[in-house]
Amino acid sequence: MNLMTLVLFLPLAGFLAALFVPRSSPAGSRAWALILSLATFVCSLALIGYFDRGLGGEQFAVDTTWIRSPEIHFFVSLNGVSLWLVLLTTFLTPICVLISWRNIQNRVKEFYAFLLLLEFSLIGVFLAQDLFLFFVFWEVSLVPMYFLIGIWGHERRIYAAVKFFLYTMAGSALMLVAIIYLYLKAGTFSYPKILDLLASGQLGFRPEEQMLLFLAFFVAFAIKVPLFPLHTWLPDAHVEAPTAGSVMLASVMLKMGTYGILHFCLPLFPAAARACSGWIAVLAIIGIIYGALVAMVQPNMKKLVAYSSVSHLGFVVLGIFSFTQQGLDGAAYQMLSHGISTGALFALVGLLYERRHSLEIADYGGVATAAPWLSTAFLFATLASIGLPMLNNFVGEYLVLQGTALANFTWTAWAAIGVILSACYMLWMYQRVFYGEAGHEVRAHIRDMNLREWAAVVPLAVMMVWMGVYSQSFLPPIGKTTAAVLSQTQINVPFRVELHRPVEVSRAR
Amino acid sequence: MPVNAYPGATDLLRFLPETLLILAGTLIMVLDPLVKRRSSPLFGHLTLLTLIAGIAVAIAGASNPGPAFGGMLMVDGFATFFRVLVMGVGILIVLPSYPFLARQDGETGAFHALLLFSISGQCLMASASDLIIIFIGLEISSISSYVLAGFFRDDKRSNEAALKYFLLGSFATAFFLYGVALIYGATGTINLDAVRRSIGPLRADPPVMIVAAAALMFVGLGFKVSASPFQMWAPDVYQGAPTPVSAFLSAGPKAAGFAIFLRIFLTAFGPIGAHWEPLVWGASLLSMTVGNFAALTQTNFKRMLAYSSIAHAGYVLVALAARSQVGAAAAMFYLVAYACMNIGAFAVVSHLSGRGEKYTDIEDFKGLAQKQPLTAAMLTIFLLSLIGVPLTGGFFGKFYIFRAALESHLVWLTVLGLLNSAVAAYYYLRILVMMYMHEPGPAAEAVEPLSPAMGAALILPALGTLVLGIFPGWVLDFAGKSSELMR
Repeated sequence: MNLMTLVLFLPLAGFLAALFVPRSSPAGSRAWALILSLATFVCSLALIGYFDRGLGGEQFAVDTTWIRSPEIHFFVSLNGVSLWLVLLTTFLTPICVLISWRNIQNRVKEFYAFLLLLEFSLIGVFLAQDLFLFFVFWEVSLVPMYFLIGIWGHERRIYAAVKFFLYTMAGSALMLVAIIYLYLKAGTFSYPKILDLLASGQLGFRPEEQMLLFLAFFVAFAIKVPLFPLHTWLPDAHVEAPTAGSVMLASVMLKMGTYGILHFCLPLFPAAARACSGWIAVLAIIGIIYGALVAMVQPNMKKLVAYSSVSHLGFVVLGIFSFTQQGLDGAAYQMLSHGISTGALFALVGLLYERRHSLEIADYGGVATAAPWLSTAFLFATLASIGLPMLNNFVGEYLVLQGTALANFTWTAWAAIGVILSACYMLWMYQRVFYGEAGHEVRAHIRDMNLREWAAVVPLAVMMVWMGVYSQSFLPPIGKTTAAVLSQTQINVPFRVELHRPVEVSRAR
Repeated sequence: MPVNAYPGATDLLRFLPETLLILAGTLIMVLDPLVKRRSSPLFGHLTLLTLIAGIAVAIAGASNPGPAFGGMLMVDGFATFFRVLVMGVGILIVLPSYPFLARQDGETGAFHALLLFSISGQCLMASASDLIIIFIGLEISSISSYVLAGFFRDDKRSNEAALKYFLLGSFATAFFLYGVALIYGATGTINLDAVRRSIGPLRADPPVMIVAAAALMFVGLGFKVSASPFQMWAPDVYQGAPTPVSAFLSAGPKAAGFAIFLRIFLTAFGPIGAHWEPLVWGASLLSMTVGNFAALTQTNFKRMLAYSSIAHAGYVLVALAARSQVGAAAAMFYLVAYACMNIGAFAVVSHLSGRGEKYTDIEDFKGLAQKQPLTAAMLTIFLLSLIGVPLTGGFFGKFYIFRAALESHLVWLTVLGLLNSAVAAYYYLRILVMMYMHEPGPAAEAVEPLSPAMGAALILPALGTLVLGIFPGWVLDFAGKSSELMR
């Protein structure tokens, strides 16, 4: 038991305790969720202090046997990328509690219980070092999100919730096959042990075997990211989810996919990953441009932000599959930036919805005169999302483009179109919603932000600036981890080809 | 093999669980006319006590394993495992049947006597190591179940269920018996171990008669465990039978059916495994696919669970197709998990169904979460387990089964099986949607408060499902050791 496991289990304890808060006291549920998520956040802040930046690698490891046969361990640890993803999760959960304060009036107790369960499973996904444990957290995270969308969502919430569940379930079925297959070959679920076996040559895959295993993992992750053309669940889920659900989904859950690719797919199956990098990069670029073009024509604000996520996550995948240090750094940084800026956009759209009860862009106009501070905050998030220098997204996008340029300049050229398009659709939406003549409805209903809403939005804005201006606070640990991933993919490639040909010949004999 | 005319004390001791159940069943039949009230809880208490005593005796007997009655019974770890399982199933059935019988004004005496007889037959199946004893056990279990399925004499559906179950069941038993006859003709013995020994040398090219016998027994047992393509009876029977009986049919006879399935095919027919493996492979894939796809369009919850039970029989057959000890242990684990989650789900239906079982449609679950959050939460656990979400027994069951299958290089069966379970998620989710995402309907408005027995009937299997999902080692170790002893 150390600080990290405390951060992991606090939300679970909070979930269990939240079940016993009396139904008659919604305020109690809210307060409990806020206190607990803030406590978790404070504990996770301490993680930064104790995290050894010079060391790199996996830290705070806890490894105890969970099930003896087959040997499954409760094995968790923290690396330079998962550190920030965990912090992103713990940072956003209290914000989600705050923005749901008014929004959720119905079955409040269950809402906050599910939110805490979601936080627990998301942190678990980023910490798990045992493949089985990883799968457990991966699947468990579906359940609270399913209920969040299905119970507190908008009109087509049931369709969206079921679609979300089934898509992920289908992908993870294949991943489970691959995990069991790996276990039978390696004799362990422990991820570091499997990597050691791979590096020492005691474990190897035939090329087609490696390719199938890679695809089994990759499809599961790609659905979650979501990579074009597996993205169709995302707009539905986002539009129908309640605000907090959208924030957690976009900011953290999508990162499960990209983190999975970075943390598992590349080191485990480097040759297959490199062999596939061409078409995956093309799919990522299609996603970037397609997402941006579709976002441009959306009449619905949430759908617009959802498609912009498809576009932004395309950058992350592209960066990962550039196989360059800058590309991987940029991808990891973009994961965090997107978490902050898209989280902020969804939160702000949620605030607008709370006031006007509409997500249609056409129902707005002139909000800037009715609620100047809200508009300023929204402008901030919009500019961050576009990738304006000095704000967070710029750093990630720039690094991704630079890394991609080293790998293949054509990719960069195409991906850069996405940057331009993002400015078009975001600014155009901003113009239609906030400028122009304020209609009667807007003047009647839209108030400016209150103290609670300020408390939710200001931390996000601070992070946007911080991450944009001083990326050195975040990048060094990320760089250490991505460098390790990169070296794992480089060492193993030639090594594998040389080693495995003779082995196969001797087997054939 | 010469058999002593007078069984010794050890024989009787090893047969004690069955003896207890039969004595208690007979006692209830004798007492029944003496008790005035039609639905007196007295017999339920008696049945519970008997089953608990039976489990205790069965566990105590495991410390001294060995054959009984000249090798006709084999009380080993495997037998103990399944005896405890089917008696445990009995307990989980008696609990929800208290409020159920009271509400439907059913005759508790007959119900519980039949239940005990049926369970005694299943215990006999679990411990038999002789084809004729297996057949007798099968008949005791089946005939009592036929009557139980038609327990409501005035109800058309219940009658249809009983008749259908009886006709098709007798056919199946006939197939099984035909297989036994062929085995006797080919090998001159009906003892499983002796059959194995005489088949052993023929493993490369077994005579047609033995392969035919295996195929016939496969058909017979396939009926009993409702594997496709012999699943036709299941939906009508599960829908028509009284809900606790449906729960029982889906867990008890199925578990015992799989017990003899495993014992016969892994011991007696073990040597010719390569010949029957394709058969099991095909049947398991067909069961999963037919069960899951047919369940997608059902509107009645009991009928949907019937199709889901066909699909789950398919998963267990995957473990059989693996033809290994790991596979047997996985199947045993799965049956325990399945018993917990499925009986639990049926118990919720039984709780909700109201007088005359009015409310058993999926629509009737609308808004249950708002009226009775605890019941809805329990059903959520069962359904998530049936889907196979981690931290529930259903997930580990599936995991162990597919691990065994991959270990035996059944890669395609594994991939198709797991994709199948993603399809299955859809129809289980529909129930969650009804319970949590709709406003309460007439059924949820009319639902009665949880009685202590009903509460226990929900919480016990839910706890079981969670314990199997979080600490699966306890049952899996037991299953692993028991399957080792099976020879």
